[in-house]
Amino acid sequence: MKKNSTQYFIMIASLLFSPALMAQEMTADVQVLNTGNTAWIIVATILVMLMTIPGLAFFYGGLVRQKNVLSILMQCLVLVSVISIEWIVYGYSAVFGTGFMNDHPAGTIIGGFDKLFLRGLTLNTLTTGNIPEIIFVLFQCMFAVITPALIIGAFAERIKFSGFLLFAVLWAVLVYNPVAHWVWGGGWMGTLGAIDFAGGTVVHINAGISALVMSVLLGRRKDYVPGKQPITPHNIPFVVIGTALLWLGWFGFNAGSGLAADGLAANAFLVTHLATAVASATWMILDWVINKKATVVGFCTGAVAGLVAITPAAGTVDALGSLCIGLLAACICYLFVAYIKPKLKYDDSLDAFGVHGVGGFVGAILTGIFATQFITGEGGRQGALYGDWEQLGIQAIVNVTTVIFSGLMTFVLFKIIDKLVGIRVMEGDEAIGLDISQHGEIAYSEGE
Amino acid sequence: MKKIEAIVRKSKFMEVRKALHEADIEFLSWWDVKGQGDAKQGLIFRGIAYDINAIDRIYLSFVVRDVNVEKSIDAILKAAYTGESGDGRIFISSIEQSIRIRTGDSGDESLYNK
Repeated sequence: MKKNSTQYFIMIASLLFSPALMAQEMTADVQVLNTGNTAWIIVATILVMLMTIPGLAFFYGGLVRQKNVLSILMQCLVLVSVISIEWIVYGYSAVFGTGFMNDHPAGTIIGGFDKLFLRGLTLNTLTTGNIPEIIFVLFQCMFAVITPALIIGAFAERIKFSGFLLFAVLWAVLVYNPVAHWVWGGGWMGTLGAIDFAGGTVVHINAGISALVMSVLLGRRKDYVPGKQPITPHNIPFVVIGTALLWLGWFGFNAGSGLAADGLAANAFLVTHLATAVASATWMILDWVINKKATVVGFCTGAVAGLVAITPAAGTVDALGSLCIGLLAACICYLFVAYIKPKLKYDDSLDAFGVHGVGGFVGAILTGIFATQFITGEGGRQGALYGDWEQLGIQAIVNVTTVIFSGLMTFVLFKIIDKLVGIRVMEGDEAIGLDISQHGEIAYSEGE
Repeated sequence: MKKIEAIVRKSKFMEVRKALHEADIEFLSWWDVKGQGDAKQGLIFRGIAYDINAIDRIYLSFVVRDVNVEKSIDAILKAAYTGESGDGRIFISSIEQSIRIRTGDSGDESLYNK
């Protein structure tokens, strides 16, 4: 996703010259907007936005109790607005700016301040895939939005709205932006050769580990007794609607990440769909064999685990690899959600860690195994299964570093924000529900 | 006049309604209740099977003339029976007075269930 800045210069400069000269330049090396790619990325951007609202909002909203459903919807909604502002004003420049990218030491952490408030972007500025850089900004904006939204699942039903909002914004600035820069913006992880096609490391491991840290630091919900007294979903049809929208939106998330309407996008679409199909069916079978019933919430959880795990791999694996990733992701996530979570007694309310953290990690590591030159092309990168163990090592280094970084940063942010405004609601407010105590509304009125 | 109340299984409620209807008890009220007792209700959530002791039942209530008490009880007893633990209860109590709001009738005359 690194751009050739000299080509911009030629392009912008040529616009200033006479039409005749410009025509001459065009025939040479100047890039022309690719309408097919542009159209697809506009659609993909819409699809990724659908994942947060209403997709994730309904998925998480259905899983909580009736008295907390609005708090989830509101948290998802507010991130779409607040993180979008943060992204356009600051985040895009921090991740994809080029100010510090010429051997400046700060370039390892942030891209630069040269694109603050999208400075320098015109209608004619093109980026990878010859699409307008403006639509690239928006496509990436939706990723920046959904990542903190995933963490909502870990602290559902007990977080203060003010503390949440402060946490989400600071997390976006201090955790998401650096990791996104490292992997996608030309930072050290990308340079090292890490494969993260659509955000296994940047989005899912990042959010999943923060989710675990938050759920441990916040403590359990008052009514939750691990393994004994579950807190059951108030509306499973909402969970199904949310899952369906996530599944649908994920085609934009993964198949759009190549920034082109080409064969790679088609393959990303294929492997995304297959891995999800395999993971959901696997989870259903596990449920069926172990608990004698094929549950709806289980199927949906399995589907999300598959979507998460295939995300980093979508640009490098073939159908066989995606089948294996879907299968293993479902089994390992099931282990964490059904056995390890109740054993360790932390309250990851909606399994943001169990599905996104674990699924993301499994996917990122398996990418280093199943990546194949059948997809990446002659001389392209490949995984351990095809004899290249180096890629697996790179995947391990990058993802373990991300775990440590986002875990530590979340710990620090929690401590600071807890001191400043407090993060957990008071006991009475938790009992009455966040809808009334934080937002002054109830979701379902009784009577007329 | 007697008030008859019963707690029955959700799965048996439709049969109870039908049996009461056949016994000419055509007017009754009911509502969903949760209770706890010997019976357990199984529930699977996120890969873990739980035994929930808050169980779902239907609570029904109606008022009849003294002559209709026997056949109402028979109808419920037959229709709600499974033989398993958790079939429910029937309670009978006396009603001092009943007044029909539209007509002002009182006593047996005010009851729908003839």
